[in-house]
Amino acid sequence: MAEIKPTKVIDARGSFCPGPLMEMIKAYKQGKIGDVISVYSSDSGTKKDAPEWIKKSGNELIGVFDRNGYFEIMMRKTK
Amino acid sequence: MTEKISLILFSGSMDKLMAGSIIASGAVANGMDVDIFTTFWSLMQFKKSGAPKPTLSAEAGNMADMVMKTMKEKKVPSWLDTLKQISEIGNVNVYGCAMFADLMGIKKEDLDPIVKDVIGVSQFVDMAKDSKMTLFL
Repeated sequence: MAEIKPTKVIDARGSFCPGPLMEMIKAYKQGKIGDVISVYSSDSGTKKDAPEWIKKSGNELIGVFDRNGYFEIMMRKTK
Repeated sequence: MTEKISLILFSGSMDKLMAGSIIASGAVANGMDVDIFTTFWSLMQFKKSGAPKPTLSAEAGNMADMVMKTMKEKKVPSWLDTLKQISEIGNVNVYGCAMFADLMGIKKEDLDPIVKDVIGVSQFVDMAKDSKMTLFL
């Protein structure tokens, strides 16, 4: 898979549930169709909540990637 | 019609206010509108000046100092900042309780601008009656 380059990266490491998710939703609302949004988070609630939100809202979950000491949630705005 | 959650904030304890703002965040994440009615001790915490020093609920007991310190160290956003953040994302309306405001001589201008209006309980209950969830904290 070719490396996908995010349109917007949100570094929410150190922020607690529901902070990272809320920042992601804010970026989603401000973004355009086709935008790729990446959220860096170290919060375990976000790891479950954010992918759930992406699927439920009808957008595309590109993936949840384990990085060194945090994880990255990548989504594409499709609606 | 958009689904709605109604919160009645009574306690001015910081942990309960945090719980309220976090539940409100969850509602906004689920595309719900949020109506908040703030009364008694929570209303005091919306005052721009002269708000009592925020403390935790009594049940925190001897953990209170440690928890407050940890939250400060980990830079946990304040409950009010969380409410402000989510009001930029979703439809969040905060109303002050007219009864307690009158009793204490608190005017709308004395309260944080996130408080949209000071209204009576009957108006709030009328607004809340179509909610999916109504919580009293």
